[in-house]
Amino acid sequence: MSGPGATILGFGARHRVGAAALFLAVFPWLMPYEALAVNILVLGLYAVGFNLLFGYTGLLSFGHSAFLGAGAYGCGIALVHFQIPWFGAIVIGVALATAIAVVMGYLAIRTRGIYFAMVTLALSQCVYYAFYQAVGLTGGENGLRGINLSEIGVLTLKVDFLNPTVKYYLILAFVVFALWLLSRILASPFGAVLEAIRENESRARACGYNVERTKLLAFVLSGAFCGLAGTLSALHLSIVPIETLHYTTSGQAVMMALLGGMGTFFGPFVGAAAYLLLGDVFTVLTSHWQLVLGIVFVSFVLFFPKGIWGSLLVWAGRR
Amino acid sequence: MTDVILATEGVSKQFGKFIALNNISVAFERGKLAAIIGPNGAGKSTYFNILSGAYPPTGGRLLYRGRDVTGLPQHRFAHIGIAKSFQITNIFPKLSAFENVRVAVQARHRRYDLWTARESLTEVNDRARELLTMVGLDRMDDRAAEDAAHGEQRALEIAMALASEPDLLLLDEPTAGMSPEETQVMMRLIVKLSETRTVILVEHKMKLVMGICERIVVLHHGELLADGTPAEVRSNTDVKRVYLGQEKS
Repeated sequence: MSGPGATILGFGARHRVGAAALFLAVFPWLMPYEALAVNILVLGLYAVGFNLLFGYTGLLSFGHSAFLGAGAYGCGIALVHFQIPWFGAIVIGVALATAIAVVMGYLAIRTRGIYFAMVTLALSQCVYYAFYQAVGLTGGENGLRGINLSEIGVLTLKVDFLNPTVKYYLILAFVVFALWLLSRILASPFGAVLEAIRENESRARACGYNVERTKLLAFVLSGAFCGLAGTLSALHLSIVPIETLHYTTSGQAVMMALLGGMGTFFGPFVGAAAYLLLGDVFTVLTSHWQLVLGIVFVSFVLFFPKGIWGSLLVWAGRR
Repeated sequence: MTDVILATEGVSKQFGKFIALNNISVAFERGKLAAIIGPNGAGKSTYFNILSGAYPPTGGRLLYRGRDVTGLPQHRFAHIGIAKSFQITNIFPKLSAFENVRVAVQARHRRYDLWTARESLTEVNDRARELLTMVGLDRMDDRAAEDAAHGEQRALEIAMALASEPDLLLLDEPTAGMSPEETQVMMRLIVKLSETRTVILVEHKMKLVMGICERIVVLHHGELLADGTPAEVRSNTDVKRVYLGQEKS
C-alpha cells in the first residue's frame, strides 16, 4: 500500500495520540453543536478509562459509575462548598475517585468473572447511596447545583469558560493529556503485563507476575482516568446529577466500549461518539430512542463483535 | 554430601478424603536431569504442582537450596529461580510468539514499569529473540501463538520458562500429544537445556526418559515406589510389577 492514504494511516499508527489530537481539534465543526462535542470528549475519556480494565486487563466491571461520579462530585463539592480554584477542584475530584478505586479494587479483585462484575456493581451502589444520603454536601436526589465557572484563570490568562469554543478546547487539553498518558501506559512493559493477564492469568503468575497487585494497579488507574472524566463533566454541565453514580452509567461504559471495539485504543472513544450521536439524532425523531440504540447495540454484538473501530482496523489491515 | 537443589520432606497432599500423595521424601541434586514417572493416577501431576508451587502440600516441607519455600506464592517461584512448563499448553494465545517470550523475559526486571516504551527495551527484546532461536522458533515471531502447531506451542512454552533464567526447570509431560518426530526434537532440546541447568520432568512414557535421565523417581498410588539411576529402577522388582509389566517392555 502506498500514496497519501497510507502515509496518513502510518502516521496515525505511530503517533496515535497526536493523530487523535489533530482530529479532535477540528471535531467541533463536524458536530451539530459544541455541547455535544464536549459530551463526546468527556464520555469518550470515561469509556477509554474503563477499557483499560475491560479491554486490556480482561476485567468486566459494572461499577465504574462510582469513579465518574466521585470525580464529578469531588470536583463540584470543592468548587461549591470550599471555593477551591477549578484546577485544584479537578485534582480533588481525581483523588477522590482514585481513593474509592483503591477500596473497591482491593475488595473486588479477589473475585473473577461474573462475581467480579457483581461485586463492583454492589460496591458502586454503596457509593451511590452514600452520596445520595449526604444531602448537605451533594444535594441528594436533586444533584449538586451551583457550579458556576464564568471567568477562569488558565496559567496567566483569564478565559471565558461560558464560551463553548473555549470550554471545548480547555477540556480537550485534559482529554488529550489523559489519552497520551494512557497510550504510554499501554505501550509500556506494564501494558504488556495487563494483556498477558487478560490472555492467561496462571501463565502470567508462572512468569513471575504478581497478578493480584497488577490487577489492583490497573483498577486504580482505570478509576483515576474515569474520575478525571467525571471532573470534566462537572465543569462542563455545571451540575452533577445523581444519575452520574447510577448503575446505568456503568452499563453505558460497557456499551460504549463494546460498540466501538474493546481492546483497541480508540474503540471506546468512537463508541462513545456513536452512542451520543445516535442518541442525539433519535431523541428528536422518537421518544423511544433507547430502543433504537438497543437494536444497534445488539446487531453490533451479533455481527460486528470487534465493534466499529475494531472492524475498521481489520478492514484497513486487509487491504 | 551432594549438592541438593530441591527437596521434599515427607510431603503429602489430600483432596478431601482422597490421599493423592503420601509422605514423599526426595532430594533432587543440582545439575542432574531427573524424571518423575508412574502410571496414570500415580500422583505425578500432584507432585509436580507441589514442586512448582502451584499449590501447597497438606503435610511436609518443600526445600529449595535448603530454604523452606512451602506455601510461597506462585509468582515468587520465578523470582527465586524455579520455572515450569505446564502439561496442557499454557501460553498467551492472542499475543504473538515474540510477545509471549518478551513478556516472560520482562518479568525479571520490569514488572511495574508504566512508562518506558516496550520497543526501547533492547536488552529484553534481544533476549526474547535469542530464546526463540534457542527453541527453534525464530521464524515465527510475528504470528499469534494460537496459530502455531502443537509442537511449536510446546517449544514456545519452554522458551517462556527459560525467560526467567531459572536454575531449575520443571517440565510437566513436555511431549504430551506430540508426534514421534516432535517428541524427538523436544527430547534433544531437553538434553541440551539440562547441560546448563537442572531439569526435572514428569513423564508418562518410561522408555523416553530411561536413556537420557540420570535419576528416576517412580510414584505409584501416591507412594514413592522407587528412586535411583535408570539401571536401579529398571531392575527394581516393584517397578517391574506395576509399571513395566503393564507396558510389556
